[in-house]
Amino acid sequence: MTDSNPWATSQRSGSNLADVLERVLDKGLVIAGDVKICLLDIELLTIKIRLLVASVDKAREMGIDWWEHDPSLSSRGQRQLEAENKQLRQRLGLPERQLEAENEQLRQRLSAPERPKEVPS
Amino acid sequence: MTASRYVYAIGRALEPADLAGLVGIDGAEVHPIAHRDLVAVVSAAPADEAALRARLERLDELAVVAEAHHAVVAAVATQTVVVPFRLATIYRDEQRVGEVLHERYAEFSALLDRLTGTVEVGVKLYAEDRAPAPVTPSASGRAYLQQLSQRHRRRDEKWQHAAAAVERVDSSLGALALDRSRHRPQAAQLLGVAGDNVLNAAYLVPAGRLTEFTDLAHRLARDEPALRLEVTGPWAPYSFTEPDHGDRS
Repeated sequence: MTDSNPWATSQRSGSNLADVLERVLDKGLVIAGDVKICLLDIELLTIKIRLLVASVDKAREMGIDWWEHDPSLSSRGQRQLEAENKQLRQRLGLPERQLEAENEQLRQRLSAPERPKEVPS
Repeated sequence: MTASRYVYAIGRALEPADLAGLVGIDGAEVHPIAHRDLVAVVSAAPADEAALRARLERLDELAVVAEAHHAVVAAVATQTVVVPFRLATIYRDEQRVGEVLHERYAEFSALLDRLTGTVEVGVKLYAEDRAPAPVTPSASGRAYLQQLSQRHRRRDEKWQHAAAAVERVDSSLGALALDRSRHRPQAAQLLGVAGDNVLNAAYLVPAGRLTEFTDLAHRLARDEPALRLEVTGPWAPYSFTEPDHGDRS
């Protein structure tokens, strides 16, 4: 069977904010723009979202470990990143309470069943 | 309005009319910047970079920016082949965007060649979350330990079965796909869905075989009663933008 226009019939379906974030932050072509500070911030932001969204323990329990070569998610790397994340928070002067509120907010956003669909023209 | 430009994606064979009416970050009008056959899809960048940085640190604002970025990429992807850029790639002005297109012409062209006529499909598998049998307090410590070790054995078996099932599904889907990319498993509890996310993958599929691919995914999942399937997409090929992307699994 062929689909003449795959976009016409099936809009992005079943995806959640986490799916969008992992693509626009963690995937997508990384090219240094002129705003260097932005690049650094996005790196740190990506790490933060990875730590929030990824569920590593369960998969590791299964013996799936494709991220072991990924320094950001190997256990040593993860500890290091958690430390970096903490430093980032301190640098940004974010109080723990605000972070907890943000995390709660993210949880609610992530578990929202329906989000507005974009309309491919 | 600022001179600096936010880049969403690079495409090919795009006319200015194709982008008419499309808005990006903060409602900024999307327009093309062309170099030979390449087109950068851009809009005016938010004027205050420090403010943008601060916004991205707030999750509700991050979600808004991410959705705006994604909406532009998704809309353009329905019209032509695109290489999606990561969030918040900003250049000083239009001329700088043109320079980047010129400098990286070969790299962008090769990527666009590879991605032409393809779509990305997201496939997630969840292992059923069965509560383990409770360990009942028992008269003998020995029986208690036996129960515990049985419970651990059952859990190990469950994961081994799930891992084997994931491999079966992934290898069959991989055979139909042009390429695949593994994402990190998502914390199912955080997302409010049942089970444990044991596969979070993206497959690069010929656009003409999308239905065949999703049908295959559903058929494979039916043969794996311990797994629940979730298919997302089609997506613009976010997960396949590395110049020499290979199977990273």
